This record gives sequence, C-alpha cells and structure tokens, in this order.
Amino acid sequence: MLTKLIQAVESHLGAKIISHKAEVDELTIEVSKEELLSVAETLRDHDEFQFEQLIDLCGVDYLTYGRDEWTTHDATASGFERGRQVDGELEWDKERFAVVYHLLSLTLNQRIRMRVFVDDEDLKIPSVIDIWNAANWYEREAFDLFGILFEGHPDLRRLLTDYGFIGHPFRKDFPIIGNLEMRFDEEKEKCIYEPVSIEERILVPRVIRKEKI
Amino acid sequence: MAEIEHYTLNFGPQHPAAHGVLRMILEMDGETVERADPHIGLLHRATEKLAEIKPYNQSIGYMDRLDYVSMMCNEHAYVMAIEKLLGIEVPKRAQYIRVLFAEVTRILNHLMWLGAHGLDVGAMTMFLYCFRDREPLMDAYEAVSGTRMHATYFRPGGVYRDLPDTMPQYEKSPWRNDKKVTELNLNRQGSLLDFLEDYSNKFDACVDEYESLLTENRIWKQRLVGIGVVSPERAYQLGFTGPMLRGSGVAWDLRKMQPYDTYAELDFDIPVGRNGDSYDRYLVRVEEMRQSNKIIRQCIAWLKQNPGPVICDNYKIVPPKRTDMKENMESLIHHFKLFTEGYCVPEGEAYAAVEHPKGEFGIYMISDGANKPYRVKIRAPGFAHLAAMDELSKGHMLADVVAIIGTMDIVFGEIDR
Repeated sequence: MLTKLIQAVESHLGAKIISHKAEVDELTIEVSKEELLSVAETLRDHDEFQFEQLIDLCGVDYLTYGRDEWTTHDATASGFERGRQVDGELEWDKERFAVVYHLLSLTLNQRIRMRVFVDDEDLKIPSVIDIWNAANWYEREAFDLFGILFEGHPDLRRLLTDYGFIGHPFRKDFPIIGNLEMRFDEEKEKCIYEPVSIEERILVPRVIRKEKI
Repeated sequence: MAEIEHYTLNFGPQHPAAHGVLRMILEMDGETVERADPHIGLLHRATEKLAEIKPYNQSIGYMDRLDYVSMMCNEHAYVMAIEKLLGIEVPKRAQYIRVLFAEVTRILNHLMWLGAHGLDVGAMTMFLYCFRDREPLMDAYEAVSGTRMHATYFRPGGVYRDLPDTMPQYEKSPWRNDKKVTELNLNRQGSLLDFLEDYSNKFDACVDEYESLLTENRIWKQRLVGIGVVSPERAYQLGFTGPMLRGSGVAWDLRKMQPYDTYAELDFDIPVGRNGDSYDRYLVRVEEMRQSNKIIRQCIAWLKQNPGPVICDNYKIVPPKRTDMKENMESLIHHFKLFTEGYCVPEGEAYAAVEHPKGEFGIYMISDGANKPYRVKIRAPGFAHLAAMDELSKGHMLADVVAIIGTMDIVFGEIDR
C-alpha cells in the first residue's frame, strides 16, 4: 500500500519535494513553500494521488524541540536511568515553524502528510484554500494560535481566542498561564484586564530518555 | 419610510438551539439568510497546549471533555496515537471491549443528537424518549469506569480494567417501594454484559418507536427535506466526514475502509443517503444506531466466550498488579516511575483516526522522545462541518438555520477544544 504511494511520490513529485520519509505506516513529505501550491495541486488531481480531502491543517512551533528539563545517565545495566536537572541544549537546526497538512484520498484509500517549514523572520505561506476549501478555518486557526500568515486567504481573522486578544497562544514561548486575566470590576461596573496573578507551576519535569521501552 | 434591505442578526451564544456556545452573525434579507458568520472559541480551553505540559496518560481525561457526548471515542483516537508511536500490541479482549464501548458511545451520541435535533425542530417527545434510553448506557459507563460521563477508561495498551461481574443495584427509598425496586433491578442481576445484552435486545424496538414518530411525520419532513443539501463533490472539498459525508451518498467509513481494533472481524453495514439533505442524514444516523446495536451484540457474544487480559503487560507503560507491588521491588519501582514521571515515547510523529459518531476524529501527535507529547493536534469533525455553515445556510430561512445546526451534530467541546 505505502510502497506504491512512495513510488508515485518519487516518480511524480521527485524534484519538487525536499524529502520524504515513511514511519509507522505513514508517509510524510517535506515541501518548500515556493513549491507548495503546485505540489498540492498535483496531489489533488493526479490519478495516482487523488487526495480529494484536506483532513487537517495545523501549525507546529519547534522552538523547544528536544529540550528537556532533566538529563539522564545510566545507573545500572537493567534499571532506570538517573536524572539530574540541567538547562537542556537545543538540537533543532531547521526553521522554527511548520505547517502540517494531512490529506486523505477516498478513492484510493490512502493518506499522506505534507510539511512545510516557515521561517521565524518571514511567516508567510501561500494559502491552499482554492485547492481545498476546507482550509478556510484551519488556516484561520493556525494564524490565530501561531501567527502564521496565509497569503491569499480571503478572511484571515482570529478564530478561537477572545475578541481583542494579543499574542499567539500556542507558540512555545507563550506562557501556559497566559499574560492577562479578566474579571468584573464592581466599582467600574465593567470587565477589566490585569496581568495574571498566578504563578506558573510544572508538576512533572520534561524528561527525554533514549532507552527503548 | 426608508426600506431596510439587509440587517444583521446576532444568534447566540446563549440560545437554546445553539447547541452550546455558538455565536453567529447572520446577515439577513427579510427572513432569508444571506451570510452566516459563526464566531467560535467561547469554550476554547487550549486542550492541545495543556496536553503538552502533562505526561501522556494524564491527558486521557481531557479527551473525554472534548466531545462530551461521545467520550470514549475521543479517548480511543488518543490512545491509538500513543500505541502507534510506542509500537505496542493490544490484547484481543481489550480490543473487543473498546469496540463494544465505542459502539455504546455511538448510540449515546446519536440519541443525544436525535433528542436535541427533534427538540430544535419542535418534537418535544423525542427528547424525553432519547434521554430515557440513554440512561442504561450511562449506567454501563458507570459500572465499567466509575463515572457516568468522563470515563478515562481506555489506556495505551488496552483498557483500565476488565468488565465487572455485577451491576450496581437500585435501593429502596421514600420514592421507590419494594415493588418498583425489584422491577428496576430485574435486568441488573447478572454481569455488565448481561445488562447490555438485555438492553440491546430491547433497543431495536426503541429505534422503531423513534422512527414511527419521525420518519413519516409530515412536520419533520417539511422541516428537513431539501434543507442543507450538500453534493458529494462539495462534501469532499469542505472536508466532511462521517454521517455528513455518507448522507451525500459516499460510502466512506473508517471502520470498514481502514479498520482499527477488531472492526475487520465484525459484520455490519454502512448506510448511505441519496440526496445529501438533512432528512437523509437523519435516516443515516438512525440506521447507524441499528448497526451499532448489531456490533454490540457480536461483541457481547465474543466477550462472554473469551476471557483474557485486558491490557498489555509492559510495566513501563501500564501499572503493575497490586499484588506484585506488595512482593516485588521491581514492580514497586515501575509503579513509582510510571505515576511520577510517566513513560517516554520514542521520537516521531503519528496520526491516528477513528470513526467517531460525528465523523473522522484524529489525533496528530509529535513526540521528541520525552515523557510528554511535543505537540498534539486534535482533528475534530465538527470543526470542518461548522466551517461550512455559511455555505449550507445561504438562501435558507432563519428557522432552517436551527435545523442545519441540528443536522451537523454540533458539540462545542470538540470544535473549540
């Protein structure tokens, strides 16, 4: 199943895509944003792909990818590794943001994942709304949560956050507790916004263990 | 007097027909809708972000709260994504229990939808009937997991515990005399499976009852036939899945096309509509309830025959047995590590999708090798459906907007996430 799709990707998209990779029975292709629209169109219209549906579109922020709050080293040959607290180093060497598309072909019963990296400096990417109309709200969501700008989107407004919200909450540098809190002020008789009064608390530190389960 | 051509109307967020907290700005020409602009996010809790700061198992409970009328189906996709990354096998019995409860959940969801949809369109009785029949299934949830709704029952590697051998009983109270209590407890004498079997034997007659009230009902048909028509091509373009897609005549169901767990071994049919209107989607969902009931019967028969483990025995992922912990140092360490730190999932990414009662519910998970997911994206079916609100309601009357919201089977827990 997947081998056939990989062959089709190699023969019809070979030059246009940066790389492809199959893991856990899923194929991921990486595309540059210049080639995005032409690759997307081929994926939708070519007989061997026929991806009629855009199942999902989401942003990913790779800012803290691979960074842990503990490092571990071997204790015994069979036991658990010991951990100690450190400031983890960054392993990520690609662009900070990515947009990930999940496509589904109902005719050929196959799926593919397409990833486009977007640079921190230039957060623009062409919109696929004309190829798959379903992209409308997904792109608005990715804009709202990550601040990625989809060029050619007719109505790029915030979708999920509050009216007048500042910032992009799903970025890794946006604090989990937020920046502002809102309450109703009895004296002023209106809702007021103030800086948050709670403190950020992590109950379980992030640990990366290389040993196999 | 100046003639007003267009005006905007604010619908919701506090409106009984808005199915939660939907706010819509409707641009009206008289009583005809020119443009609908749904404003969502009033129930946004950033579930995906919360999942990033918690060990894998602690987010299962959040999944229940996404689509809060089909709880276990949400968990199903989440645990399947983790299992895919970990590469672990789920015991057969656990797979059957999951399928059993996924179908129980489908009936729960469709009953909720039918009742609420009926109520929106003016059929009050449906709401009462559907909630009456939801109650035993809620009891099944409670018997197996301890809670009526937010079960947290599915785990990576299987399910939390085996099906119980006894059902909780009603007790005598000032409102229930002995005779009533005996009557209520009549089908609760055996195990949970006996209880569900009794329910599924009665359920087909219940569906007949709903159909006799609605299917040929003149008002029901007038409100639904030809409302919110979607062609198969548009349904593809708009990312429709589940009954919204099948109502347009596309025979696509993940349980058949990309079977997970034990669906490949079970016998059931996929109902499809013909016209792609609200009425066809109603017929599709009603038939799906019958098919779910058929699956439930098959699962019960299998589960009665085949005892066995219900969760895998990798103690890095599942807690060890209580008795082992009392005697075995290693089990104690496993238990401690699992509940303090959790388990690390190998680096990689996976997308797991299930045929949720509302459509394709998917979890896209990126792991960087840590004990917490790096990113979780929840693909909620209702999100794509609601995005098509403008297209579906254009040119319809205001009252039809309510019927369209009803036919989409909107639940805000999953749309806003």
